[in-house]
Amino acid sequence: MPRPKRKAAVPTRSSDADSSARPEPKKPRGNQFNRIDQLFESYVNKTLGLIDPEGIEALCNDVNVNHTDVRMLIFAWKMKAEKQGYFSKDEWRRGLKCLGADTRPKLKKAIEGLDKELKVPECFEDFYSYAFQYCLTEEKQRSVDIETICELLNIVLKSEFPNQVNLLVEYLKVGKQLFKLIYVQNDYRALNMDQWRSFYRFFKEVDFHDLENYDSSQAWTVIIDNFVEWLKEKEKN
Amino acid sequence: MERKTIDLEQGWDYMQKGITKLKKILRETHDEFMLRELEQRWITHKVMVRWLSRFFHYLPPLNGVGLTCFRDLVYMEVRANARKGVITLIDKEREGEQIDRSLLKNVVDMFVEMDKYEEDFEVQMLEDTANYYKSKATKWIEVDSCPDYMLKAEECLRRERERVTHYLHSSTEQKLVEKVQHELLVTHANQLLDGVRALLRDDKVEDLSRMYRLYQKIPKGLDPVENVFKQHITAEGTALVQQAEEASSLVRKFIELHDKYMTYVNDCFINHTLFHKALKEAFEVFCNKNVAGSSSAELLATFCDNILKKGGSDEAIEETLEKVVKLLAYISDKDLYAEFYRKKLARRLLFDRSANEDHEKCILTKLKQQCGGQFTSKMEGMVMDLTLARDNQMKFEEYLQDNTHVIDLSVTVLTTGFWPSYKSSDLNLPVEMVKCVEVFKEFYETKTKHRKLTWIYSLGTCHIIGKFEPKTIELVVSTYQAAALLLFNSADKLSYSEIMMQLNLTHEDVVRLLHSLSRAKYKILSKEPNTTTIWPNDTFEFNYKFTDKMRRIKIPLPPVDERKKVIEDVDKDRRYAIDAAIVRIMKSSKVLGHQQLVLECVQQLGRMFKPDIKAIKKRIEDLITRDYLERDQENPNTFKYLA
Repeated sequence: MPRPKRKAAVPTRSSDADSSARPEPKKPRGNQFNRIDQLFESYVNKTLGLIDPEGIEALCNDVNVNHTDVRMLIFAWKMKAEKQGYFSKDEWRRGLKCLGADTRPKLKKAIEGLDKELKVPECFEDFYSYAFQYCLTEEKQRSVDIETICELLNIVLKSEFPNQVNLLVEYLKVGKQLFKLIYVQNDYRALNMDQWRSFYRFFKEVDFHDLENYDSSQAWTVIIDNFVEWLKEKEKN
Repeated sequence: MERKTIDLEQGWDYMQKGITKLKKILRETHDEFMLRELEQRWITHKVMVRWLSRFFHYLPPLNGVGLTCFRDLVYMEVRANARKGVITLIDKEREGEQIDRSLLKNVVDMFVEMDKYEEDFEVQMLEDTANYYKSKATKWIEVDSCPDYMLKAEECLRRERERVTHYLHSSTEQKLVEKVQHELLVTHANQLLDGVRALLRDDKVEDLSRMYRLYQKIPKGLDPVENVFKQHITAEGTALVQQAEEASSLVRKFIELHDKYMTYVNDCFINHTLFHKALKEAFEVFCNKNVAGSSSAELLATFCDNILKKGGSDEAIEETLEKVVKLLAYISDKDLYAEFYRKKLARRLLFDRSANEDHEKCILTKLKQQCGGQFTSKMEGMVMDLTLARDNQMKFEEYLQDNTHVIDLSVTVLTTGFWPSYKSSDLNLPVEMVKCVEVFKEFYETKTKHRKLTWIYSLGTCHIIGKFEPKTIELVVSTYQAAALLLFNSADKLSYSEIMMQLNLTHEDVVRLLHSLSRAKYKILSKEPNTTTIWPNDTFEFNYKFTDKMRRIKIPLPPVDERKKVIEDVDKDRRYAIDAAIVRIMKSSKVLGHQQLVLECVQQLGRMFKPDIKAIKKRIEDLITRDYLERDQENPNTFKYLA
């Protein structure tokens, strides 16, 4: 996940260290919510009423997952978190309820296993789009810069399409430097959601060994058209 | 009175005997003699049957019986021979021999009456015809030239038609002609088509007309001819493009080529749409090729510019303009032509280079007719501005008199939207001109308060008196050049950087104008060092010694190469045009597939230019970013309009 913006202040949080040792008898739902809220309080920035990047950092430490790990992104997705680097109370509640976790150990276990959540294609598509959305930090922002896109591709798609992601990232990065070459993407410094989505669709539907059948008169995005041309040139050389 | 009567039985008997006798005769004679006998007997038989019908009129009609009788007893046996006989005679006639046509007519008539014409006669006759012409064709195609072959073919067809009218049944004509055409024209079409190429090359108009006539009647027969025609024109046009050394003669050659082949279309091919189409498609191929770095759109605009600068008789000009506008129809980048034309029109109007105002209006009318009002609206506005400017100038001069200003200034006010965009410069005006501009501003304020004036000094002209030692000469220069020269009123020697600083112009402009004053035909300034190129460390001095035999000279300032800017401007306009088209189409369709959207786009914009698919795709992407459209997630090849 792209590095969220850091604030200088050190968060205060209550220690909940020995709650893991206590047995968990079955308690009515109200209590469950209380525990979720308590967890929230343990990471929250009191001034903002939100968990801020500091809080997230602390959470990452507790669950022993790096904040750049894809699972943190999946976690944000589960919460439908809107603002990068921040979790609201509603979002936190939503996420933890979804994961069925109301204590720190449960949360840790849940987050550790999050990458399995994406096995279902419909879920993955939704997550994939969310990943892009999550990077739109400014009010009217519609595109994400190439650097971030490349990082995102590595996080989100590399496990399923390692080879393709490497090539695409190479293309995007090279293009940024050598925009004079005709077949390298020239005026793309940032990409929009439609183009982002087209990458996944492209990886799914087109076989990199069979590029002759690629039809640029179809509704593929122009950047994909250019990428294919670049791939073909690369093949020749 | 005794009437001779006979028994029915007896009558029958007579008939039978007669028939048997006939059969004997027929078996023993051959060919023409046989046919004659047959004819005779047939005629006689018909007579007999007629008489018998009269005798036995109270009985049911005997015609049928009579015919049946003849058919069963005679016809069935003799038909093969009769047919052979007829066909033999036909072939003889084909070879040029005289035959007895009425004989054949009667025998054929027999077949018809027997109701066996097609079955027993026509089928075989047609097959024989096919074979006959097959062998003729094979022979002729080896020996004869294409024109000769076609002459023969035409003659054969004529004769066969004639044959039908004389002794065959009319229903045969169509089938017979088809057979002949097939053997003579269709089977050997490829070889004949090679001949077409030669005919085109050698301008054999009559032979081409014949070819048209012959192939027109064959279904799709003209398609290969049209193809050859198109290829031929395309090749000639492309050769012109490749050999072109310079632009103006090329356009003239295109016009000549077009005239030549249009004549063919009208005369040889009788205005057939297929050949109009061939001509159009051929021209569309080579008229869109670049020549020495310039697009054909630019070439055509330059050609028009030259004609309108040079002038000529009304008729000649009108004719040429008419043809030029026709050529424009074949050029796909019409918007590029319009922009080049507009730029050159601006220079003609502003520097008074146009030979004749009526001619200017003439071509605009023609362009309007062909490309629509929107194409010419800006140009028309420009011409109008000039007319208004003249009125305005008169009023300005009145104003000057009324206010006792002594200023020799003429101003042309241009309506911004009509004229090409010019960057206004921050030229430091010479002090003498500053006052002029101020006075005009005052005047203009009295006329209208709601307009903003932007001065384009790069388009101005100035008359300067150069007090050279040998003699005084009036210099007609551009405002930029004038500004530079006037600097030397207060300094003898100036460096490049001093000039640039004082004028407040760009390097590009300064180099250009200094070059025109010091290294071109008239060296008003002398340069140190005396090299050809202008360098920033050069110094310039007023050349007191300059002289020329004329008392007034024009020192042109060559224009900046506008090509790049024109192409940029047109590209920008195209992006807007594509955007507008996409939005328009999507707004009315709401949901549309990608291919369909692209197709309709190309169609809508085709009047002005041929948008390339990539450009359209990019605009679609941009419109998605701007929330005009979205891609359908279920069908990624479909787009939805977002209201």
